Amino acid sequence: MKSLKKSVSSCLAVFLWPVGRAFAGPAGPPLSPTNIFAPASTPADSVFGLSVFVLEVTAAIFAVVFSLLLYAVFKFRKKKGDDGREPPQVYGSLQVELAWTVIPVLIVVALFMATARVIASVQNAVAPKSAIEVTVIGHQFWWEYRYPGLHVVTANELHVPVSDPKHPTPTFLKLLSADTDHSFWVPRLAGKVDLIPAHPNSMWIDPHETGLYLGQCAQYCGTQHAKMLLRVYVQTRDEFERWIQEQRQPAQISDAVSKGRHIFETTACINCHAVAGTVANGRFGPDLTHLMSRDTIASGAVPNTPQNLRKWIQNPETFKPGCLMPSMQSTDQDVDAMTAYLETLR
Amino acid sequence: MSTETMAWPTARVASRPFVDRLHEWVTTVDHKQLGIMYILYALFFLVIGGIEATIIRIQLIRPNYDFVSPQLFNRLFTMHGTTMIFFVAMPIVFGFANYLVPLMIGARDMAFPRLNAFSFWMTAFGGLLLYFSLVGANGLYGAGNAPDVGWFAYAPLTSLAFSPGHSTDYWTLSILVSGFGSIGTAINILATIVCMRCPGMTLGKMPLLAWLNLVMSSMVLFVVSPLTAAQIMLLIDRFLGGHFFDSQAGGSAVLWMHFFWIFGHPEVYILVIPAFAFMSEIIPVFSRKVIFGYPIMVAATVGIGFLSMAVWAHHMFTIGMTSNANSFFVLSTMAVSIPTGIKIFNWLGTMWGGKIQFKTPMLFSIGFLFQFLIAGLTGIMLGAAPFDWQLAASYFLVAHFHYVIVGAILFALFAAFYYWYPKMSGKMYSETLGKWHFWLFTAGFHLTFDVMHIPGLLGMPRRIYTYEAGRGWEIWNLIVTIGVVFQAVGILVFVFNLVWSYFRGKPSGNDPWDAWTLEWSTSSPPPAYNFATIPTVRSRRPLWDLKHPDDPDWKYE
Repeated sequence: MKSLKKSVSSCLAVFLWPVGRAFAGPAGPPLSPTNIFAPASTPADSVFGLSVFVLEVTAAIFAVVFSLLLYAVFKFRKKKGDDGREPPQVYGSLQVELAWTVIPVLIVVALFMATARVIASVQNAVAPKSAIEVTVIGHQFWWEYRYPGLHVVTANELHVPVSDPKHPTPTFLKLLSADTDHSFWVPRLAGKVDLIPAHPNSMWIDPHETGLYLGQCAQYCGTQHAKMLLRVYVQTRDEFERWIQEQRQPAQISDAVSKGRHIFETTACINCHAVAGTVANGRFGPDLTHLMSRDTIASGAVPNTPQNLRKWIQNPETFKPGCLMPSMQSTDQDVDAMTAYLETLR
Repeated sequence: MSTETMAWPTARVASRPFVDRLHEWVTTVDHKQLGIMYILYALFFLVIGGIEATIIRIQLIRPNYDFVSPQLFNRLFTMHGTTMIFFVAMPIVFGFANYLVPLMIGARDMAFPRLNAFSFWMTAFGGLLLYFSLVGANGLYGAGNAPDVGWFAYAPLTSLAFSPGHSTDYWTLSILVSGFGSIGTAINILATIVCMRCPGMTLGKMPLLAWLNLVMSSMVLFVVSPLTAAQIMLLIDRFLGGHFFDSQAGGSAVLWMHFFWIFGHPEVYILVIPAFAFMSEIIPVFSRKVIFGYPIMVAATVGIGFLSMAVWAHHMFTIGMTSNANSFFVLSTMAVSIPTGIKIFNWLGTMWGGKIQFKTPMLFSIGFLFQFLIAGLTGIMLGAAPFDWQLAASYFLVAHFHYVIVGAILFALFAAFYYWYPKMSGKMYSETLGKWHFWLFTAGFHLTFDVMHIPGLLGMPRRIYTYEAGRGWEIWNLIVTIGVVFQAVGILVFVFNLVWSYFRGKPSGNDPWDAWTLEWSTSSPPPAYNFATIPTVRSRRPLWDLKHPDDPDWKYE
């Protein structure tokens, strides 16, 4: 199976590599950071194994039927100098019909059994004691992550530990939705599972290697569905523990930014956003307690730089037209002060 | 059997004032005129849906492009999908069924001519309602007019909370109204085929086209009804404070998915079975051979009809069904490929040993066979649930169903257009232009839809108005958009050919293809009463029997 996988990926690579390489970012794996044929976690790997089998079977069927079609079209075309008589009329043949019924039946049985095995292995996996549990809540148009056992709430950038096959620490995700349907899809880690209101779902990942894994919402959820991006940071066990410790702290706020804090807390910002340890405890928007620990804002839409943050506060429509965060129509000084305040939330 | 017709007063028809002729078309209950109206109506919306697709493709030509706003983009793909399925594919299929079924079974009209007219106008008003939303409605929060909830309009995005304004109401009403039209036509086709066959035409001697339309109409009856029910439930939710799909008040978003896909999946077969019907008439004639395995073809079609109603939840492999439910729908989905495979093999068997003539209809038929094969195989990939967890809602899926709907169904429809154009218009189309259309459109189709699979494999989801750079999707999206140009030019050639040939084409004669079914025995175009005397048939190919009295079919069937 392993060698098969290699041969298929190399075939695909030959086909896709040159162009893919030229266009892929330097950081990404060969073709694309979201290539479904570059699995890095057991569920994605099981799917990949099945995909290879299905691709082989369908390729074989294609080769046979396509050759027959091609042969028929060339061999039985009306020749030049045809006598104009009708060819012999053949009304059918039960033997031939039986043959091309029975063979497909056998193929279907084989495909079904292989498929059912993978369905059971991925869907019915039981969480080991060492598993990390995360609740993922889809919102229009961002992701909320809660670590119930660890008392951490964050947004848009999911952190999970790498899972060593000898001491597996898989992450089990409970999938909820606060509004419309969404879908959690990080192709290199697992297939997608939808987040549906009042219909809790679950999935699991056990990334084998550290790094950043990308994806995005895969179920149309409204105007800004396209910029509801997923970022999964797979860290070593130690890094992950440290990240958890940092995230558990309430916000550390210096008096130097008290003006920005005051503006933030006296406009509508706190209706939607929370900053632990302050009066801000809104839940409609992302938790901002450790905003500056994140690489991106606006659910992965733009890098988290002071300029971008400022533009975002001033008018979110510049980056995500149709997103639910309104522009507060603040003065430039107020926006500067709020940006300065938010930049201290590390 | 009579090929003789009464003198059809063409000169007088042509000289009547325009208003009179318009009045005749608007008030007609003639199945042929209604058939042509269905087809022209569908062609009009095909152009509109095509323009929407073109704008979508321009927007996706490169990452972070802002040719259109996200709001407009979402409206465009919703309108494109809804238009193409409900106001192009369905009417065009009904149009051909309307026109051909009575002629092929030797009847003078449909069973219920007035119901027929009613159904057409319902469908027509459905399309108008959808597009009236452009002036009469508002959509999602912050968005403008026209529906923007996607063509399958998943709950709870369609609830008042997320979709204020009236665009969703227009969407649901247009589906509801055109659904009544579809149900009416389905009943009509069923009644016509069951009750109006000419003497001698037992069920086993019907042309395959009639059989396949019989199966298609039964399916419409079974599956458009739940869709209609769902639209009414949605209207109750939106206007009467119901909670069918309101998950915050005990309703279920998943319920809508079941309702929609119990319609949505059989719908694919409702569209593809008539395509099979065209193939089953056209391939034999241009191979000069009788259809191979007629009884098996009928059995396979009926099998597909039943099986296709047991596979709907393969659209829902990602919604968190149990592993048992997922496995069941994998099995039922893969089982459909068996009768479908049988059909492909029987068409090949028909071509085998024949003398194939590569006229335009046959070229499109061969294109159909090739592309339907690929569409079926990618369908098996999507049917394997775990593979689907990756492929669902990606561009691979979009490529797959366009392969079915464009590569198979539209190609079969083009074949049907060229094959029956002489019968409908009395004029021969230009074979040269037909071949240009075929090659341009085939090139454009493959450029667009072969390549479209790749960004899906690389993780690109559907329905995104733009995408990030650096994911390896750029080049593929560029090529996909370039393919659109070829398709658009192909369609222009096609429309030009239809119009030009109507005015300038050579008269086609009654039977230009030396074909074997009853419609070729009457004049082109047929008179209002179709046949001067009702024909009597002894076999599935009555005209073969006439042309080969020494070797008639009824000796062998």
